[in-house]
Amino acid sequence: MDFLNAIVALTNYVMIPAVAYGSQLALGALGVTLIYGVLRFSNFAHGDTMAFGTMVTILVTWWMQSMGINFGVLPTALLALPFGILGSMGLLLFTDRVVYKFYREQKAKPVIFVMVSLGVMFMMNGLVRFIIGPGDQRFSDGERFIISARDFKAMTGLREGLAFKTSQGITVITAVVVVIALFWFLNRTRTGKSMRAYSDNEDLALLSGINPERVVMYTWMIVAGLATIAGVLYGLDKSFKPFTYFQLLLPIFASAIVGGLGNPLGAIAGGFIIAFSEVSITYAWKKVLGYLMPENLQPDSLVQLLSTDYKYAVSFGILLIVLLFKPTGLFKGKSV
Amino acid sequence: MSETVKHSLMFAFVGLLIILDGTTSYGIFSGTWNSALGILNMGLVSAIMALGVNLQWGFAGLFNIGIMGFTALGGLAVVLVTSAPTPGAWSEGGIGIIMALVLGAMTVVAAVMITKKMPPGKKRMLILGAVLIGGFFAYRAIFDPAVSGVEAINPALLGSLGGLGLPVLLAWPAGGLLAAGAAWLIGKTALGLRSDYLAIATLGIAEIIIAVMKNEDWLARGVKNVVGLPRPMRKEIVLQEDPGFLETVASLGLDPVTASTLYVKISYSLLFTAVLLALLWMAQMGLKSPWGRMMRAIRDNEVAAEAMGKDVTRRHLQIFVLGSAICGIAGAMMTTLDGQLTPGTYNPLRFTFLIWVMVVVGGSGNNFGSVLGGIFIWFFWIKVEPMGAGLINIITSGMAEDSALKAHLLESTAHMRLFTMGLILLLVLRFSPRGLIPEK
Repeated sequence: MDFLNAIVALTNYVMIPAVAYGSQLALGALGVTLIYGVLRFSNFAHGDTMAFGTMVTILVTWWMQSMGINFGVLPTALLALPFGILGSMGLLLFTDRVVYKFYREQKAKPVIFVMVSLGVMFMMNGLVRFIIGPGDQRFSDGERFIISARDFKAMTGLREGLAFKTSQGITVITAVVVVIALFWFLNRTRTGKSMRAYSDNEDLALLSGINPERVVMYTWMIVAGLATIAGVLYGLDKSFKPFTYFQLLLPIFASAIVGGLGNPLGAIAGGFIIAFSEVSITYAWKKVLGYLMPENLQPDSLVQLLSTDYKYAVSFGILLIVLLFKPTGLFKGKSV
Repeated sequence: MSETVKHSLMFAFVGLLIILDGTTSYGIFSGTWNSALGILNMGLVSAIMALGVNLQWGFAGLFNIGIMGFTALGGLAVVLVTSAPTPGAWSEGGIGIIMALVLGAMTVVAAVMITKKMPPGKKRMLILGAVLIGGFFAYRAIFDPAVSGVEAINPALLGSLGGLGLPVLLAWPAGGLLAAGAAWLIGKTALGLRSDYLAIATLGIAEIIIAVMKNEDWLARGVKNVVGLPRPMRKEIVLQEDPGFLETVASLGLDPVTASTLYVKISYSLLFTAVLLALLWMAQMGLKSPWGRMMRAIRDNEVAAEAMGKDVTRRHLQIFVLGSAICGIAGAMMTTLDGQLTPGTYNPLRFTFLIWVMVVVGGSGNNFGSVLGGIFIWFFWIKVEPMGAGLINIITSGMAEDSALKAHLLESTAHMRLFTMGLILLLVLRFSPRGLIPEK
């Protein structure tokens, strides 16, 4: 029996990665849910929007690195992030103007919007691969760890090390700041209130003189910001690869739907539910159980419920269960 | 010009493109019949997939973006039906694997029964939890040793259960059946959902099917791939040693190596065309029948159709299974054509969304449109790369030879494909949403 070591192992391998991944998913899911609330369709191009914003950030980061600009112990990418956000804002406003606006004026069915977003997804995906290539890109620099495993062992004298990466710390802090700012914006500012009003009841909002085009424009801009931040944080934490970002669509959708599409609070909760289940179901519990169980009862196998290759299956399984029992998500979402 | 003439001309145009590819090497055309027939064969397979998608989307308005999964299941069926049984695999663990899978299925059925039969409350939750957790561990306890037993048999070459060793043409309907079975399970759970939830659900299921095929080595060797699958006709090497064949080739004045590859490819084209025509005939008959009219009525107004006494959910399930079965058949044909199953190469952009582009461009709701779109878009998909390369060459002709930008642009032409396909999809949706051959 060794509670302390068990807790440290649990924190190191499950809690910290899941919190970081959950924050990234939550930011992504917030974007999806905002689009769903205001424009009323599931945006399949969201993963590729994240990829585009991240790509711009990476390019600016490389340029800054070549100019000798850096951010001390923090990654340079944080300095480049505003440029990435501006880039993806530009791209999203441009696609809205030339693609989505037409269908909005036609009052097309949501499924047509989804198909159109598939076309946009194709083009963005092609664009990103065309500019930066399909391969893996690493762009993090600065200090790698806040606490490294060796320092932790030396500090506490425990057998189990605990590593806390800078990227994980930045992810959590940024996510908290962004979420607070977003909720402040939605609840306190005039534009934010008009966005919520438009999302709740389009006709009433139009009656009270809210300009729909303005609401849509602000939504795209906020979504661009959220998507780019989520993408850059994910890229710093793991690495950037266009196809991985496309695949992130699945856990992101799962988070947004589990929480209830159109509900920002739900998106955040959904992100953490998905992240914790993915990590804990695919983690090999042998080490933690080894500390907790008496000598003779210790497990021989890895005690891994599913292999890590099935992590998408986990998020998807949760999605299906929630949809079957609570079709509008855990928090009340809306349906068209 | 009447509609029929116009549409026949479109088909003639696509045929001409393929003939040009075989005869001339000007511009984007390759000038070899080998490549032209290769495009035609894959085009025919794509046309069949597009027929399946059109059945679901065009007839019934079901938005299924999990086509990749059904295609892959068709490919899996080829391995399970045609490859030779692995000696000793069944005694080593095959039985155990089957038992474990049956146990797993029984656990799920028991859980569903408990949820349905018992009154909601704490007691139900507890029993449900106990059944699921107990079932899972029992399943793993039987499954794991059986799997390691099977995978230990000559892992470099075999290491899987192998197949039944049956003739390859049987594998195609088997692929359809396997896909249909999966579609029934998926449809049972997901078809009640709203349109975009169904889309996400099918997208996810396709990813899971691929994940299972990649990781379950006992099934079809996973990412180690199965190569050298049997073919419905003689192999090129066998042909090149057949005196009768060599004599015929010599009398035609052809090179035996080229002639043997052409023989194989033409045989595939004929087989695929036969399957395509049969399925097209069936789809046309279905479309014209009262059943087809009912489907379109449901698609256009579900509430009204329900009021007329039509069982919308059952009809949706039916057409979901039928459409997926067609995709499974096409997947099996494709794996036979390739002669190998490589789960790592299945990619939703290529196997799901490209098929959607074919259906939308061809004209959703029209079977001939899907066939035309399938072959035409496939030709285009192959030829976008040389076209892109040509375009980039023109754009960069003014740049210095050693310019880094020029090198990068030339290197990236391969990624023009996705961009162009997205552009085509958007343009068609915007300016001609009914497609090349609109629904009548």
